[in-house]
Amino acid sequence: MHTIVTVTERVPETPSTVTLRFDYPVRAEPGQFVMIWFPGDDELPMSLSYTGGSSKGVTIKAMGATSQRVQSLPAGTRVGIRGPYGNRFDVTARRVLVVAGGSGAAVLAPAAEAAAASGSRITVALGATQAPELLFRRRFEEMGAQVEVATDDGSDGTKGFVTPLADRLLADGSFDAVWTCGPEVMMRKVALSAARSRVPTFCSVERHMKCALGMCDACALGPLHVCVDGPVFPSDRLLGLPEFGASHRDPSGRRVPFGGR
Amino acid sequence: MADLGTRIGGLALRNPFLLASGIWGESGESLAGAWDAGAGGVITKSIGSVPRLGYPNPTVETFDEWGLLNAMGLPNPGIDEYPKEIDVARARGATVIGSVFGGTPEEFATLARRIGETGVAAIELNLSCPHAEGYGTEVGSDPRDVEAIVRAVVREVHVPVIAKLTPNTPDPGALAVAAERAGAGAISAINTVRGLALDTTLRRPVLAHGLGGLSGPAIKPVGLACVWQIYERVRIPVIGVGGISTPEDALEYLMAGACAVEIGTAVTQQGIAVFGRLAEGLARRLDALGLASVTAAVGAAHASPR
Repeated sequence: MHTIVTVTERVPETPSTVTLRFDYPVRAEPGQFVMIWFPGDDELPMSLSYTGGSSKGVTIKAMGATSQRVQSLPAGTRVGIRGPYGNRFDVTARRVLVVAGGSGAAVLAPAAEAAAASGSRITVALGATQAPELLFRRRFEEMGAQVEVATDDGSDGTKGFVTPLADRLLADGSFDAVWTCGPEVMMRKVALSAARSRVPTFCSVERHMKCALGMCDACALGPLHVCVDGPVFPSDRLLGLPEFGASHRDPSGRRVPFGGR
Repeated sequence: MADLGTRIGGLALRNPFLLASGIWGESGESLAGAWDAGAGGVITKSIGSVPRLGYPNPTVETFDEWGLLNAMGLPNPGIDEYPKEIDVARARGATVIGSVFGGTPEEFATLARRIGETGVAAIELNLSCPHAEGYGTEVGSDPRDVEAIVRAVVREVHVPVIAKLTPNTPDPGALAVAAERAGAGAISAINTVRGLALDTTLRRPVLAHGLGGLSGPAIKPVGLACVWQIYERVRIPVIGVGGISTPEDALEYLMAGACAVEIGTAVTQQGIAVFGRLAEGLARRLDALGLASVTAAVGAAHASPR
């Protein structure tokens, strides 16, 4: 069933991302997602960017027409929620490298927060197209994480993708887990690097979703269903799948390569 | 241990539990996964002539454990794309039944011929989706339409043709009789029951499409009644569908006259392991009742089982 809740707060995070906060007093764990229904519009799967207590949140990146529309919804808007669904990050790792690309930080921030709160040491490789797009940088810093930055245009931190930065941090540090979320091609590179360094890696994977119940097959990834088997997967379950980092399915079920048709 | 093997006419199945159409059937790997989990056969998503995105979300609404309302809108990659998914499942050894939907007898016939070329073991005709304009129930509620469609398909293919019928009609038996007369090899009953979910705060239907189809435990008595009535009207095998989530549910359908059953919503509630659980539980229940096989239970609740 959908629970109708009211958006309590709309927080612009970066030029392309907005957080919507709402009261939804159901237990949720970092890594889980909800289906959020914008009445009269679409229902979208969204990882929770705030999981603790009764006030939850989702952080939406402007991608297609729907996300742009729902980004502009003001506080007071009513939305429908079902979930939370899916699994979570194991936040008991003691020394964690977080690799976030773009809006991937949305799901990684609450996981890092939970781990940091129980004494884990967190290092963050935070990547974005440009400095103003670095999502949750201050939030990571406030939880006591060491934050390293990469921007495509060099406007802050290392110039270029976040993957070389992650490689450097992997080489320097002794981590017992890597958590990553971002474009799938990026996650694949991170997972391969971490595998060479023998650090267990967990990827939060995104797919088109309709039911979120393990029924419709829209989110099929090899033998996996992202909605019920994930969305967080150990990389050794993903790296052997030809589709990982290569293709997903459109709403009709056709295979579509990442980065265009 | 009771023999779980069964037959849909000439098609032998290792057990009576089929993956229902619309569940997991978009990808070949998912079909193979259901087979590996112990399904007796797997039925593809209903495939049409061209790719179809389906309806916008929300496409589902859940009601605790008793039901699931959906209006997916027949999303599918189309008959040109889909055969490679069937190839994947067949290469893994799965018994695959191809499901198709069309708007006319000619379209059904073409689709059936094309999906038949992939080597599927049988073809199920979706005459019963309750929420797609121009398809499903709209072409499957009149016995004359059912007869014309089945007749057109049977001419084109060499495998059993299964007519999946709607419960959203006063006389499902008449539809089954029409399908049998046209040469169908079996009947599946039922598809989902037309339903609606409303939100009173928002004063609007929940599903983007409005009307949907109800599945899950709530519809078991409806499906059982249809199977019961159809069994008394036709000689061809009947496949039972609707709200089966326990071995006992399955046995009720068998005794009502089904020779096999389809499992759908239970996959969302119990995961794909439901297939292993159902097979094991049914064997145990048959043993306890002194029934040597699935076949011995088929129609057993009727005054004169055949």
